[in-house]
Formats: sequence, structure tokens, C-alpha cells
Amino acid sequence: MSDIAIRVRQNFAFLTAVALFFVVYLLYQLVHPKGFSSAVLVQNSDEVFTLALVAMAQTVPVLAAGLDLSVGALMTMVGCFASYLLTGAPEGTPLALDLAGFRIGLGTLPGGGTGILFGALICLAIGAGCGLLNGAIVVYGRIQPIIATLATGAIFIGVALFLRPQPGGKINEDLNWALTNSLGDFASTVHIFNDGAAPWFAPFAGIPTSFVILVLILLLVWLPFSRTVTGRTIYAIGSAEGAAYMSGLDVKRARVAAFALGGFFAACGGLFLAIQTSSGNADIPQAGAYTLNSIAAVVIGGTSLLGGSGGVLGSVFGAMILRVISFFFRVFDIAPLLQPLFEGVILLAAVSIGAARVLRVKNTLELFR
Amino acid sequence: MADAPQGDFLVLSQISKRYGGVRALENVDFSCDRGKIHAVLGENGAGKSTLIKIIAGVVGPDSGAIVLEGRQRHFANPAAATTAGVVCIFQELSLMPDLSVADNISIASPPRRFGFIDARAQRRRAEELLAEAGCEDVNPLLRIRDLPLSRRQMVEIAKALGQKPKLLILDEATSALTSADVEKVYGLLARLKARGVAILYISHRMHEVDALADRASVFRNGRHIETFDKGARSTAEIVQLMIGRDIATQYPPKPKRPRPQPALKMLNLGWDNHLSGISLEIGAGEIVGLGGLDGQGQKTLLLALFGVLRGVTGSITIDGRNTRPGSPGRAKSHDIGIALVPEDRKTEGLMLPMSVADNLTIACLDALTVGPFIDARKEAKAIDEGVGRLQIKVGSTDDPVSTLSGGNQQKVVIAKWLMTHPRIILLNDPTRGIDVGTKQEMYRLMRELADQGAAILFYSTDYDELIGCCDRVAVMYDGRIVRELAGDDLNETNIVASSLNIVEPQAAGGGHPGREKANV
Repeated sequence: MSDIAIRVRQNFAFLTAVALFFVVYLLYQLVHPKGFSSAVLVQNSDEVFTLALVAMAQTVPVLAAGLDLSVGALMTMVGCFASYLLTGAPEGTPLALDLAGFRIGLGTLPGGGTGILFGALICLAIGAGCGLLNGAIVVYGRIQPIIATLATGAIFIGVALFLRPQPGGKINEDLNWALTNSLGDFASTVHIFNDGAAPWFAPFAGIPTSFVILVLILLLVWLPFSRTVTGRTIYAIGSAEGAAYMSGLDVKRARVAAFALGGFFAACGGLFLAIQTSSGNADIPQAGAYTLNSIAAVVIGGTSLLGGSGGVLGSVFGAMILRVISFFFRVFDIAPLLQPLFEGVILLAAVSIGAARVLRVKNTLELFR
Repeated sequence: MADAPQGDFLVLSQISKRYGGVRALENVDFSCDRGKIHAVLGENGAGKSTLIKIIAGVVGPDSGAIVLEGRQRHFANPAAATTAGVVCIFQELSLMPDLSVADNISIASPPRRFGFIDARAQRRRAEELLAEAGCEDVNPLLRIRDLPLSRRQMVEIAKALGQKPKLLILDEATSALTSADVEKVYGLLARLKARGVAILYISHRMHEVDALADRASVFRNGRHIETFDKGARSTAEIVQLMIGRDIATQYPPKPKRPRPQPALKMLNLGWDNHLSGISLEIGAGEIVGLGGLDGQGQKTLLLALFGVLRGVTGSITIDGRNTRPGSPGRAKSHDIGIALVPEDRKTEGLMLPMSVADNLTIACLDALTVGPFIDARKEAKAIDEGVGRLQIKVGSTDDPVSTLSGGNQQKVVIAKWLMTHPRIILLNDPTRGIDVGTKQEMYRLMRELADQGAAILFYSTDYDELIGCCDRVAVMYDGRIVRELAGDDLNETNIVASSLNIVEPQAAGGGHPGREKANV
């Protein structure tokens, strides 16, 4: 068998997801009154971004055979932090906490762009740190991931509610404008490429900024990580943990790293959601929905819930498929109360495509491997 | 060759290890040299596995010292042992099924560029090591999951080579290999030996030990009984040292009688390019062997008979009735009555975390119920019978089956199927990785079952076994039966020749000194 044939066969579930996405998205653009325009692309990309990141966050622990039920909650909590830290106020943002009348001050973030940058880094660090905590509890506390993250997820929601009992906060308007529109708008906001008017830039001006950020995260974070020994070890753990240990791999470190990287991705999602909505909102049902949808996206994208095979790119496509399904509701104007029903049916159908191999298997023993 | 004190490369002194109340090793002194192949012999439970685990850093000894190259060592984990040059190929394969062959071979220290794994260099490295191990035919891109067991073992060997061993430990590393691969491994071991690598070799195949080892140590009940150089002891003496008692004959006598009426008749069976034109009859009371090189369709044939495969063509007749078992559940049912002892007891034979009792009764629960409920009294009786009949050594039947030794686990699998009172018993290499004593019990049991009227189809990778146990042997090649051997034709020369699909028997040679061992 040729190398290409082998690769196609090994990535069959992923390729199915990619093909499915292009089919449904093309269909959507065709039926949309303003199809194939930059405005529609920008809107869709912004709506996909957070779920894509949360699905990526879910994927990494799943590859190491551990489900993370805290991703939605962590994303929500980071969003609430962001709603305080990304104001970009010229006089700076005070890092202070009012606890039962006591004020604990940690200094002040500088104003303007520098402050926003620091604020974003703090948010990402909080996410990665909380992921690290998840990993440490699972590895050193020897608690099953599903239970450990159920508990920490509740804690994260608690913190989020403490930060934002009501939705609110204020995110810098320029930041919102720059990241949730096209590259042209981004360039004109941050004053690069002749405010986006440079002739060579014109072909790229219509690309959604959020899509570019998503691609950059994939290229600069996931791709290198998957080529490290730690990244490889995560796959090895999901495939056969005992064999990984016997091969002298650092199983503990890799598992902690998997949760930490997941936390980082979830934080990216939370940060974007806060920027997109210009506020922080400790929305419990929404956090739960993100967690469950992330699991669905992982499965649709071809990652085995048993671990060991798949990858975050598949989950991104899984998230996009899920979102496109809901886009259709807008075009066809389906009553919101009916949407969960349709979503469920379509999700089941989408997952069944991957399961269709059952019908072709001639050695029934293979079904149990 | 570097001269360590007393010329010994690895010296263990006064090593003891207990697991709970069980004494696994007691005051063991042991040493091995560079450039020597040292066989470690003993029944299952003799302490060989524990010895190896201690050397390889998987478990720590309760007391005693390990001195490697003149320095005292404590290996905290397998990685520490590997760094020191101790590389072990374990019986339980240490491969990750979802990763590619290339990934697996370089898993511990892949070639890197700028800190990231260099996929191209890794693939080249895999190709080189696979070639050195003698299995260039494996594409490094393939996942381990998609390889047959024999190829996986070769990948395991290539992986060990990549870790630059000074001491290489092979624990039943050739148990699933085809004879052609075994030859390659022999050649490889000879090259490593010439390079000054110390090799510890565990095998239950006596002719392998004869062919390879420069020196052998026998263990029994956690003690080191004796170490001797090649040729100092006869095979019979070695077996006696291992089990501590005399064995008259290795195989039970075959009955002399005309061929019985066929209980199972296959006519022109075929399946999906893997099987074609299989016609074979097995009489009630007959043991028919399946021979040939590994992967020629023997296992597939057993699965086809057991109803695991879809789209099987041809006809299967049982006791004169045309039958088509559609699933294992149908195959084991009373009117068909087939049992299959599967290839991999750890995944297909047993539910490892469940108790011995639960495993024993799992296939025959239907017979133990009163209404919808399992009857505890019937169940207890069945369990006692099963344990007694196969003399399974077990502390309590409530212990997880994973706590038993390999031989006793295999007995549980067989006992479980005997409880369904099968008329046709399919055995897929049931003696792989099992000690001499237990093997003998299995041979006796097979003949006993046949005498009671069962029809037995027995696949084995060990020619001696096929010759010793079977009334007839069907040799398979490329999904077909190329020859049926019986009576005086049933000998090693013919089996090897037919395995290679050579009809005229050629010179026996071929490095299989083992024929004379049929009557140890």
C-alpha cells in the first residue's frame, strides 16, 4: 500500500469531517442572501472562534484518555477576568480585589495598548494555570479526570459568579473592533500597512481577523507542541499508558501538560468571547453548553474518546460543522424553541457518518478494538 | 571487551522480593557476562519475570544488591535502566497501538531538529532499525494496531535495538514469530553477541534454548537452582531441574483406530481474499492441527468457524446438518456447540479486572440461571468443577484473574469454554508463553477431551506440538490448505516444506533441531 493510501485510511474520520464541513458550508453560503461576502465570513468566523478554541481545549486531555468537564467553565471565568483587565483605560487598570470590606491591591496595569497586552497575558496565564491545577489534581491526586474537572469546573463558575454577579464590564472598543472584523479593519485600527490601504494588502483585507488568529494559534501553538516528546507522549498515554510508562516516557508530566494546554486554549476562547461581547458574563447554562458542544466537536472531528488518535484540527472542523448547523436556523427562520431538537437530530446524523464503517467491517472482532 | 571485576558484567547478590505473602524471589545470586547469550529457564511462577523486572527497574528488590559494570545501581524506573544500557523486550508488548511504527520505535528519544521531532529522520531511523532486525517489509507509517502479532514483536525488537543496549533482555520475545523471523532474530542475536552485548533470553521452547544459549540458569519457586554451560546438561535433565520431577513422555499417546465420522465438515470455505477453497473434516474424538507459517489464514479460519466474520462463503456442516454460526453467541449455543480459545487471552480471552469466578462462568451463564437471575449455588458448583478439572492454582476464586500467572490464566480461558460443554473446540495457539509443566497438562487435557468425543482443531506455531499432539495436520499457505499430513508423513520436514508450499520435501536442515525432542 502506498504512503498516501495509508495516510488517507488512518485519517478517514478527520477527512470525512473536513468534507462534511465544506459541503454544509457551501450549501449555507449558496442559500444565504448575502452569500460569499466578507461580512458573512466575518460574522461566521467570530461565532465559530470560541467554540473552536473550547473544542481544542477539550481535545488535548481527550487524546490522553481523559475528559475535561471544566473547559466551558474555565472559558467563562477567564472571560469575566478579561472584562476587568481589558478596559484599556488611559489612566490604567487597578489590580485590586474587594473582599468583605478589605481591599487587596496588587498594583496597577499601565494604560492603553500595553495595559491591554498585559491584561490578555494575565488572562491566558490564569487559564493555563487552572489547566495545570486540573492536571495536578488528576495526576498527583489520582482522581479520575471526569470527576476532578467536574469539581474544578464548579469552582471556576463560582469564581466567575463572584467576579460578575451580573453581566457587565467594559472592553476597549478599539480592541473589539480590531479583532471581530476583517483584516482591513484590523489594519486601519492599529495603523499598519498604510492603515490597511496598501495595494498589496487589498486581496487579504476581507479575511476575518478571528480566523487568522485561529490559524495562528494552530500553527504557532499546536503544530510545534504536537512535535515535541511531551506531545507525542500524550498520544502514547491515550493509546496504551502502561506501554508508554514501560518505554521510559514521562507520563505524569505529559498528562499535566495536556490539561495545562487545554486550559490555555480555553482561556483564548474566553478572552475572545469577552472581547466579542464587550463584557463578562458568568452564564452557567452557556458554560455547560460549551462543554457539551466541545465533546461533540471532538467526536465529529475524528478524535477517539478513548484517546490515542485524532487531533485538534479535526475538532476545529467539528466545531465549525456544529456552528454551521445553527447558521441554517437563521437563514430558514426556524423557531428558537425547535432548535435544540434539530441540533440533536443533526448531531446524531453527523456522528453516524463516522460510525458507518460498522456496516463495512467484515471481521466483527474489529468492532471491539 | 571491558573487564569488570571477575569478568562479570551484571551481578545480582542476595536479591529477595515478596508480593504480599507470596515469595517471588529468595536470596538469588545471579550474574551474566558480555558477549554471551544466557538463557533463563523455569516454569511460570518460578521467579523469572520478577528477576527481569528487578533488573529492568520495573520493581525494586526488597533486599540485595545489583552491580552493573562494577557499580552498584538502584533503578527507580524503566527509563533509568534504559539510560544505563539495560533494555528489555517484555512479554506484554510495550507498543502504543494508535501510534505509527516509526513513532513507536523512537518513542523514548526521537531524533529532533530545533527541539521538535524530525519526522523524516525518525522514519529513516525506523527503516534502518527494521532492516537491522530483519523486517524491512513493515512500512514505518503503519499503525501498530494494523499489524499482526508477529510483526509487532519484530517492531518491538527494532525498538529495543534503537536504545543501544549493553544488556538486552528478551522475555518470550519470539513466542509469536514465524520460523523465518525466528531465524532472523537468531542471526541478529549472534551479531549483538559478537559486539559484546550481554543477552538474557527467556523462552519456553527448548530447541531455541539449545540452539542459542551459551549458558543457562534454571529457576524454581523463586530460587536460583543451577547455572551451567552449553552442553553440560541434556534436555531431559534441564526439564527435570525446572519442574523438579521426572516426566516420562511429553505427549500423551495417540489412539490407533480408523478415522471417525466427521463432526465438523468444511466445504470450500472462503472469505474476503484471506481464505479460499478450505475443505477439511474433523472427526469426533480427533485432534486436527493447523500448521504453516504465521499469518497464512489459520487464525482467520478459526474466526470464520466461530461466527466472527461476515460474508463467509462455502458450507459448514456439523453432525451432518448444514450450519452457519452468525456470531459467537450462536456458535456456542447448544445446537452448534463450538468453543474458541482465542489468540490473545488478555484481550479476547479474559476480562482481566474481573474475578476468576466471574471469568469462569461468563460463557455459560445461561445454564446457571433460575428465571432471570443467576443461581448462586449452581454458579459456585460450576466454579468448583472448573477449578478442579484443570487444577487451576488460585488463592481465592474472588481474586481478579489478572493476579494469576500466564499458565493459570490460560487454564481459566479453557475451563470457561469447557463449561459450555462444546462438541467442537477451536484452539488458537493455546500454549504460547506457557511453561513446560502446564503445556503437558494441556496436551493431556486435549487428548482427554478428544477421547470423550470432542472434535478439536488446534492451531500452533510450534511444530513439535503439532507432531506430538495431532492425529492429522492441515498445513495452510496463503489462505488455502496445501497439504494434509497424517501417520508417518507427519514430521517436521514435511511440515516445513508444506509451510513454504514446496510439495517435494527438501533437505531437512533449515536450523530446526527439534525433531528428536518429540519424546523428551
